[in-house]
Amino acid sequence: MKLSGANILCQSLLKEGVEVIFGFPGGVVLPFYDALPQYPQLRHILVRHEQGAAHAADGYARVTGKVGVCLATSGPGAANLVTGIANAYMDSVPLLAITGQVARPFIGKDAFQETDITGITLPITKQNYLVLRAQDIAQVVKEAFHIALTGRPGPVLLDIPRDVFLEEAEFNYPEKINLPGYKPTYQGHPTQIKKAAKLINEAQRPVILAGHGIILSGAYDELKELAEKAQIPVVFTLLGLSSFPGQHYLSLGMLGMHGLAYANLAVCEADLLIAIGMRFDDRVTGRVADFAPKAQIIHMDIDPAEIGKNVRVQVPIVGDIKHILKDLNPQIERRVRREWLRQVDQWRHEHPSLAIRETDQVLPQYVVKSIHQVTGGNATIVTGVGQHQMWAAQHYIYDKPNSLVSSGGLGTMGFELPAAIGAQVGLPGETVWAICGDGGFQMTLQELATVVQENLPVKLAIMNNGYLGMVRQWQELFYNRRYVATPLAGPDFVKIAEAYGIPGRRVTSKAQVIPAIQEAQSHPGPMLIDFQIEPEENVFPMVPMGAALHEQLQGQPQKVKK
Amino acid sequence: MKHTIVALVEDRPGVLNRVSSLFRRRGFNIESIAVGHSETPGFSRMTMMVDGDTTDVDQVTKQLYKLIDVLKVSDITREDIVARELALIKVRATAATRSEIIQIVDIFRANIVDVAPDSLIIEVTGDEDKLDSLVRLLKGFGIKELARTGRIAMSRGQAGVLIPEERPTPSAPPPRGRKLPQSREVTP
Repeated sequence: MKLSGANILCQSLLKEGVEVIFGFPGGVVLPFYDALPQYPQLRHILVRHEQGAAHAADGYARVTGKVGVCLATSGPGAANLVTGIANAYMDSVPLLAITGQVARPFIGKDAFQETDITGITLPITKQNYLVLRAQDIAQVVKEAFHIALTGRPGPVLLDIPRDVFLEEAEFNYPEKINLPGYKPTYQGHPTQIKKAAKLINEAQRPVILAGHGIILSGAYDELKELAEKAQIPVVFTLLGLSSFPGQHYLSLGMLGMHGLAYANLAVCEADLLIAIGMRFDDRVTGRVADFAPKAQIIHMDIDPAEIGKNVRVQVPIVGDIKHILKDLNPQIERRVRREWLRQVDQWRHEHPSLAIRETDQVLPQYVVKSIHQVTGGNATIVTGVGQHQMWAAQHYIYDKPNSLVSSGGLGTMGFELPAAIGAQVGLPGETVWAICGDGGFQMTLQELATVVQENLPVKLAIMNNGYLGMVRQWQELFYNRRYVATPLAGPDFVKIAEAYGIPGRRVTSKAQVIPAIQEAQSHPGPMLIDFQIEPEENVFPMVPMGAALHEQLQGQPQKVKK
Repeated sequence: MKHTIVALVEDRPGVLNRVSSLFRRRGFNIESIAVGHSETPGFSRMTMMVDGDTTDVDQVTKQLYKLIDVLKVSDITREDIVARELALIKVRATAATRSEIIQIVDIFRANIVDVAPDSLIIEVTGDEDKLDSLVRLLKGFGIKELARTGRIAMSRGQAGVLIPEERPTPSAPPPRGRKLPQSREVTP
């Protein structure tokens, strides 16, 4: 039986187990939207801006491990997805972006709402397709899901012209795919694993550097086994947080630019770094020449191109982290490591990076800590980008596997609200807290309407300091306190929430913090809390740009008050 | 040092664009790129010359491998290879200079493929050095037009850059215990 391209697309999505599409309609995708009601199993969530669709699909993908699907029309719709696609690409998130394109006869004619989206997204997608025949749709969807989800995950874009949605073709969902140029390596090379085991067994001061790859491959148990068996302290990249229990005595928290002092010191003094599923981003390494100067490095990653890209490594292992660790762990000797762990504990006492000073003001660190306390650490935390993100990374203890959703590589302000929508859709019945900045929140706050329309019980905590806080912090520390273009004459967030039909609360003193969080937590629907935090609070520790990890600034005493 | 990199790619629209976009984005410097059919229908062969002093050649091959349409990438610089480039040179020629040009062309074992009252087109094949010196010699006569293909190269004898044997694409991270393609040992 012949079906239209639109029907073939819907059926193919169902074959891939898609339940949710985040989308926004438009002229050329009308044939798709017209077919959609025939497939009630495909839930369509209408966003208010296509960027929101991409971020929501991203958040959904991160919490479920499935491919997040977003859809937009041609031209401006497709272009508005770009930030979200780039974000997913940088953070290795499996995403399928479907865009409409002008009808085939109009391609290349600068038709109304035409844009070359496959050209635009070439460097920010794992693969993209311009589908020129309805009979190719099923095959392309099959390939797209395979590519997005396997190997190092990433976004794939399908651009489908309007008349291809209407064209009829036989629908046969392919069983097989043939991608001769795409063979991800899953099993680590045994020789390399043996070398790694030898280094680990001989090391005196080893440190595990845990990245997003552990979460993507679900290697929580394997990582825990390795750390406990060999008694190795664990430090995390931002996206590696929640790959290992944060309360664990071997957990040292995040490293890098805003890493905890003892995490950075451990890396500086280590004689062996075991880097797992991470890519030595500049925010992690600081000045590369002085990164982990005393350490040999074992680097495990599924992407061979990450090996040796930023940092020289002694033992690279290419493969899926879960597979590698399963092969590695039996070769690891049980160790008691009193001296090294005592040294690490001493640093913990000497540099209490998580200490919060006593004050009646609302301190953002205290807000984050209180969210952890009230939720019992059972929430999924979603953040935007900036100071609030770093406080959320430092002061929330991520015990639950995969409980942090944050824009890491691209650093996309405004990610928090739409990503929280996606996370909540992926985790119905669970608690999702979006920790937001007052700057970034205003970039995507139109999605409050999506929250209401879909009745999603997300909790929104706005860290409102009236500044673009992280930029202001840099201006304070490195530009002699010249606050150019960073003060925000913010709106009344409580009124905004109420205008959308969401209850809002304002918190102006420390005593109100916990009751407000408790109220939001017990409220069945969405709620927004506007935390009026200390305006010039800084994120510490901090490794200035171009400095080495051991040159970090420790804290507030350095602040120059004028 | 100049590196010769050969890539086998699927013959699909946009592949050349993907490759050149990758070079641009990562800041890799390519000196030449030559593309054409390979021995297998549906697959093209690209030969690139990369300056190893300004570009991390290891990253070039790894990043190329990441492209879904790229099947195989080989840096054949250190192998025993035959490398050739072709040039067409249109050089000014008068009755007075024509015979001298013909002599030079003979020495270089090049061919004259077009004769006009005031010019000649010379076709020459060889390595870059040979082409460079011929061009240098002809400069004095006045080069009106020059077209060079960029290098193509092939390993001698048994070795070769061939399409890998067909292997089924695993549909998911496969379960442990099954025999799997193992990672290439990467030397740091």
